[in-house]
Amino acid sequence: MSKIHIRDGRIIDPANQLDQVGDVYIADGKILTIQETPSDFSADININAKDKIICPGFIDLSVRLREPGKSYKGTIASETAAAASAGVTSLCLPPDTSPVIDTQAVTELIADKSEKALYPQVLPIGALTQGLEGKELSSMYALKQAGCLAVSNSNKPPSSLLVLRRAMEYASTHDLLVIVRPDDPALGNNGCAHEGVFATRYGLPGIPEASESIAVAQYLELAELTGCRVHFSQLSCKRSVIKIQQAKKYGLQVSADVAIHQLHLTENDIEAFNSNYHVLPPFRTTEDKKYLRESLANSTINCICSDHQPHDIDAKLGAFPETEAGISALETLLPLMLKLVDDNAISLSQGIAALSHHPAQTLGIEKGRLTPAQAADICIFDPELSWTVNHDSWKSAGRNTPYWGETFKGRVTHTLQGGKLIYTL
Amino acid sequence: MKNLQLNSEGRLKHFLSIDGLNKEILTEILDTAESFASMSEQRVKKVPLLRGKTIVNLFFENSTRTRTTFELAATRLSADVLSMNIATSATSKGESLLDTIRNLEAMHVDMFVVRHAISGAGHYIAQNTAPHISVINAGDGQHAHPTQAMLDMYTIRQYKHDFSQLKVAIIGDILHSRVARSQIQALNMLGTKEIRVIAPKTLLPPQVESMGVRSFNTLEKGLQDVDVVIMLRLQKERMTSALLPSEREYFKCFGLTEQRLKLAKSNAIVMHPGPINRGVEIESSIADGDQSVILQQVSNGIAVRMAIMSLTMQSKGEGL
Repeated sequence: MSKIHIRDGRIIDPANQLDQVGDVYIADGKILTIQETPSDFSADININAKDKIICPGFIDLSVRLREPGKSYKGTIASETAAAASAGVTSLCLPPDTSPVIDTQAVTELIADKSEKALYPQVLPIGALTQGLEGKELSSMYALKQAGCLAVSNSNKPPSSLLVLRRAMEYASTHDLLVIVRPDDPALGNNGCAHEGVFATRYGLPGIPEASESIAVAQYLELAELTGCRVHFSQLSCKRSVIKIQQAKKYGLQVSADVAIHQLHLTENDIEAFNSNYHVLPPFRTTEDKKYLRESLANSTINCICSDHQPHDIDAKLGAFPETEAGISALETLLPLMLKLVDDNAISLSQGIAALSHHPAQTLGIEKGRLTPAQAADICIFDPELSWTVNHDSWKSAGRNTPYWGETFKGRVTHTLQGGKLIYTL
Repeated sequence: MKNLQLNSEGRLKHFLSIDGLNKEILTEILDTAESFASMSEQRVKKVPLLRGKTIVNLFFENSTRTRTTFELAATRLSADVLSMNIATSATSKGESLLDTIRNLEAMHVDMFVVRHAISGAGHYIAQNTAPHISVINAGDGQHAHPTQAMLDMYTIRQYKHDFSQLKVAIIGDILHSRVARSQIQALNMLGTKEIRVIAPKTLLPPQVESMGVRSFNTLEKGLQDVDVVIMLRLQKERMTSALLPSEREYFKCFGLTEQRLKLAKSNAIVMHPGPINRGVEIESSIADGDQSVILQQVSNGIAVRMAIMSLTMQSKGEGL
């Protein structure tokens, strides 16, 4: 395995409270030393990181790869390549693949395919219930044995609170984290936009905040009852965050993430009937966005995910409500995080922590930090390099992004996973 | 954001929603309609303005009145008209909306008049159709029904002349109504003094005041001193989706009765986009009474649609 010497970069490692210019030495897939020159080290690969930032590789808590099942939208190969180019070294794959990740066999198939792709580590999330149908418990022990770190019912919450309670108790028995995208589908009523000024003006079926915050309240009660560890994913509104804040204050073990685009876009930004803005949960109000940003700054929300959902062209053709929801979001993750820093919403160190150290803590894995003897999962980026989202720069099979054609500042130049260079600009 | 409806000279290219237009364009439509209206009373009702043009009525949702008045309007402009009821046609065989449009384009049509059950369908077609084709929205989901709104504006102007002095009340299922949305936008654009919406909370869109209206939950308060009363049709399915208990209870609270109409100004006019549900939203004696202008609305629909069709076909080139 190659010995790698990364020179003269600004090393930011929030977990070790490190922010200084220096060198990183890698051997045997692991970080050998930081700053100190190891004796007898002759590098096979030299990376000049002058004016660049060296940080832990990003850990993305929600990435749809579309394989198995919907490979016309994206494949493990295409989407992990996009992830590598975005500085992502580990990613969580929600269980709503086809077949659903509810057996050891599917879990192993995905692990196998992603190993062959030689890109970021894929962490499959197991299904909470069989087939995500919300009726019977999945074989969580077997899923854990196969490598699942967490279970989730994805975007299909069980309709019975009794089933949910038992599923959470059983998950907790095996010390599995339950990841939740809180949503009450009945209140959402097949809506496609935030129930507010925009939906009213354009006659679009609306989704009230309560469809999320009511679900948050239910999960918090059940977390209390069952002792299950819960992670809320892709929060969109203030009222949800307030509930989580209160629960944390009283000692409940819960964590939360937000999808990067929710920190930037609101209902006011939606171009009328442009289906690239169709996303679930929907873009909310300016006040919600402001509160989400503040909650990230004060660590009520401690992680950022991309909520990457690549789509084929057909999925986004049609009138807005008819189109499929979701944004191809991996490749704009870093520049949008840097924009938060530019807007003085968070510090650069907080932004990096929300993309690396904190997701690792949430999943309970020894990653997301630049510690000697640990796997060399590293992202190197140039914070000043500007680039445009277009056919030449884009890697994902899904081009469904509201940012198409936009010019951003900040781009990943190198990604290392387990000491292997998996991406070079 | 580009304005899909106007061409590079600011002329009307597509007619998709009132939103995005301006007072000058709305007034031009009303004035043009006025010149066509006088023509309807003559012995020869046709003008050769759109001779040689082909207009396709694409109705993905059933309609009698709107489709018929569009057909008549096109015929009186001397265009060739083809009406397609897509609800029973190609899309039921699995053809996508876009493919239907492309196939018709290949037959060299000049205009699509589209009705569709999904909000934004008109915009979607306008964005994806050939540049020489104009698209007129004949109602899309809960979004807009701008030709209906314009014929209502025409009718109001006919009876009341000056919008700046008027109080207008719209009563009924505002939440699901594309007609109400377009009416509210047009009334605001034309400078109406006060617009009110009256409905139970289950049938009012959230933050409806953001559209520039005052909202009321009772007719008793909302009808006070209004000059124009616009009733909306109540769909049967509102009862099955737990939005209302029964037609009877709706009529008790929100039905327009002679007694309640007395709260409005004595010369107030009563309008309804049709088809009316007698005894559900409106008492028969009002629908047929002196203050009702419901049938006048229908007649005006032809002239207004002639105006909109001729104006969009006269503008050249694609939208900005």
